[in-house]
Amino acid sequence: MSRLLSFFRASLISCMALGSVMVHAQQELRIGVSAEPSSIDPHYHNLGPNNSLARHVFEPLVGQDPSQQLIPGLAQSWQTLNETTWEFKLRNNARFANGRPVTVEDVIASFRRAPNVPRSPASFAQFLTGMTFEQGADNKTILVKTSSPAPLVPTNLSVIAIMSKDCAEKLSTEDFNAARCDGGSGPYRFTEFKPGDRTVLERNPNYDGARPSWDKVTVRYLTSGPARVAALLAGDVDVIDNIPPADIAKLRGNANFTIAETLSNRVIYLHMDQFRENSPFITAKGGSPIKNPLRELRVRQALSMAINRQAIVDRIMDKAAVPAEQVLAKNFFGTSQKLQPSKFDLKAAQGLLADAGYKNGFKLKIHGPAGRYTNDTQIIEAIAQMFTRLGLEVEIETMPPANFFSRASTGANGLPEFSMILAGWGAGTGETSGSLRSLMGTVDKAKGSGAANRGRFSNAKLDSTLDIALATVDDKKRASLLAEASEIAFNDLGIIPVHYQTNVWASRKGLAVEARADEYTLAHKIKRQ
Amino acid sequence: MLSYFFRRFGQAIFVILAMIVLVFFGVNVVGDPIWMLISPEMDQQAIAATAAALGLDKPIGEQFFFFIKGLFQGDLGRSFVHGEPAILLILGRMGATMELAIAALLMAIIIGLPLGMYAGLHPDRRASRTIMAGSILGFSLPTFWVGLMLIMIFSVMIGWLPASGRGPTDTVLGIQTSLLSLEGWRHIALPALNLALLKISLMIRLARSGTREAMSMDYVKFARAKGLKESVIIRVHILKNILIPIVTVLGLEFGSLVAFSVVTETIFSWPGMGKLLLEAIQRLDRPVIVAYVMVVVVLFVFINLIIDILYSVLDPRVRLTEAKA
Repeated sequence: MSRLLSFFRASLISCMALGSVMVHAQQELRIGVSAEPSSIDPHYHNLGPNNSLARHVFEPLVGQDPSQQLIPGLAQSWQTLNETTWEFKLRNNARFANGRPVTVEDVIASFRRAPNVPRSPASFAQFLTGMTFEQGADNKTILVKTSSPAPLVPTNLSVIAIMSKDCAEKLSTEDFNAARCDGGSGPYRFTEFKPGDRTVLERNPNYDGARPSWDKVTVRYLTSGPARVAALLAGDVDVIDNIPPADIAKLRGNANFTIAETLSNRVIYLHMDQFRENSPFITAKGGSPIKNPLRELRVRQALSMAINRQAIVDRIMDKAAVPAEQVLAKNFFGTSQKLQPSKFDLKAAQGLLADAGYKNGFKLKIHGPAGRYTNDTQIIEAIAQMFTRLGLEVEIETMPPANFFSRASTGANGLPEFSMILAGWGAGTGETSGSLRSLMGTVDKAKGSGAANRGRFSNAKLDSTLDIALATVDDKKRASLLAEASEIAFNDLGIIPVHYQTNVWASRKGLAVEARADEYTLAHKIKRQ
Repeated sequence: MLSYFFRRFGQAIFVILAMIVLVFFGVNVVGDPIWMLISPEMDQQAIAATAAALGLDKPIGEQFFFFIKGLFQGDLGRSFVHGEPAILLILGRMGATMELAIAALLMAIIIGLPLGMYAGLHPDRRASRTIMAGSILGFSLPTFWVGLMLIMIFSVMIGWLPASGRGPTDTVLGIQTSLLSLEGWRHIALPALNLALLKISLMIRLARSGTREAMSMDYVKFARAKGLKESVIIRVHILKNILIPIVTVLGLEFGSLVAFSVVTETIFSWPGMGKLLLEAIQRLDRPVIVAYVMVVVVLFVFINLIIDILYSVLDPRVRLTEAKA
């Protein structure tokens, strides 16, 4: 009898223990993400996965909301004192994980470290060039001075993580990776970074903002798409990002899971050789050399009109995309409200082609990366078929991204090698100026314009409008100047936009994920419903 | 004996050097790593500064010279992507891969050997035919598909085992392992089975043909005539004799398990060095690729050496000096 009793007692205790384990488990959030950070040093590598993780622990002065509009971050407010001076006021109660209050000293030390991290593969330096920093009225006020009017100061500072002076001055990237920095002011702090496997975070008890729902967060790196979905289905993780389009419908139809989605800041587009008299991958149908037809606007218009964007969105992207008309969708800063996606009209396109003197078409080879963008190869195949219906003779060649980007940038003795490429562009800053300048600005190394202009498109009016916009501090005026620049660029079809990708997350039922344009998965923005 | 080792050592050095040259220049043919590293929004000056900081702005011959110079100072270079010494990155991930390979090898032996011997002892039974047909499947089904099916069946549909990742690790004698806890074994079961599938099939075929051959030997017939129990005959006279070739093959296969676990590690998100290699190749992280190849070559040379020694121990007719001829 007593043995029976003790058995009952034992099982009761173990049940209670199990119960407490389950309650505890609910305080933990397990996220499965597709891309792995190269480091958890927030200044080491300007890369999406790194920045996404860093936002949990280190705050920038200025934050970005889900559609990348600027919102208060570590700074509660900012304003311009004059054309070349910005003033930022820090949040009064902001504290680091070690309990120390955040002061201007820490901010300046962070800005000094960010551009100078040794061996950084993609430095944050260009976001801080031309700026000097000094303390304002008190140790919660910082002044940012620039040599010329710089409207992008808040935008640029929204990507620079702030850390304590101790971390900024004493710790190396290796120290950060060993989770030795206790000087972050965000809602979480790092406890473990296991490359290839997981990163573990715990709640920062000294965070002065809204208390996050989770005490512990485990971010696991599940790079294979089907395996990531399986991990969610099996209950290994609570949330996953970057759902393969083919699986979205299946998850949507499953009552145990919730989908969160939003338009991304990434546009998929065609870049065309517009600088060579004779383009290497364009000939007459018989193979004899012809003048580069892509320099003719009517040809570019014809190509754009021959693309049935809706069909690509519906059938290849499983609706996880939206037809595009410029670099960013219309809800972003600096976009044109007037531009519309080219209407699919084969007849009109053929007419334009004939008007331009290419009634019989020509032969064209499209190049692209295989596996860099969602369904990239299938998109290129579809576009090739659409161009064939237009009357061209089209070949395609896709290759590994490592091979493609090198050749597409400098493959022909330092010049872009291909005649037409498919590529994608994500606007990390969430506004159009940087994208327009990189993709379609006239190539000018000293000015830093046209760095990703792999077609060498050049339009003097676009350049000058961008120059004016980039010196206009007034937000409203700048927005309309950038809208004008977008119209110039896309009426002249510097690139042919195809679609904007949609970012899609899936979670177990009962969780609400904040769908963000910048692809960041932020644990503190994932709430219980 | 000693001269044999020296010759072996010399051969290994030559193989490693040849591999370094091949990989170093091979990666360069694929593309310029700088385009896989930078953030697309960087301007030309920032790109040039990064290339200079990583030494990628120099001609490939000069880069190679600096690499070789570093090599003689014991420096294999730092990862372009992670900024850490490449060899440390690889060694840090090696434990997980070794663990997976050992678990897979054990599975191959525990499952494959008895099945193969059974099929060899009773070649005409239906069960034997089923085993042999199954082994053909094991050979021919692609690993990535089997992996996904295993996940779908055992994790998603039945829910017995986790779909991915490595279990919690403990440190024993300075080595991190997840094999000391039940949770660790639950995590490793599916990836190890997936990796072992091909080896199980190989094992079945080896064991079966070995058994059939041994069965027809005079010593087995004699043992039987002597009236020994069947179990004794199988254990002492058959198993022991078929073991020698199996040890050889398994030794070599262990090397390939370690070196080529890439697919399984990716599907099951196993944090091993195969996954690291795949990412390094995708990002053209040349120092990591070169260091990986060096590690694997050393591993293969080492395993071969051990097999040769084992062989000479197991079979006195084999002499290590034979290579001279």
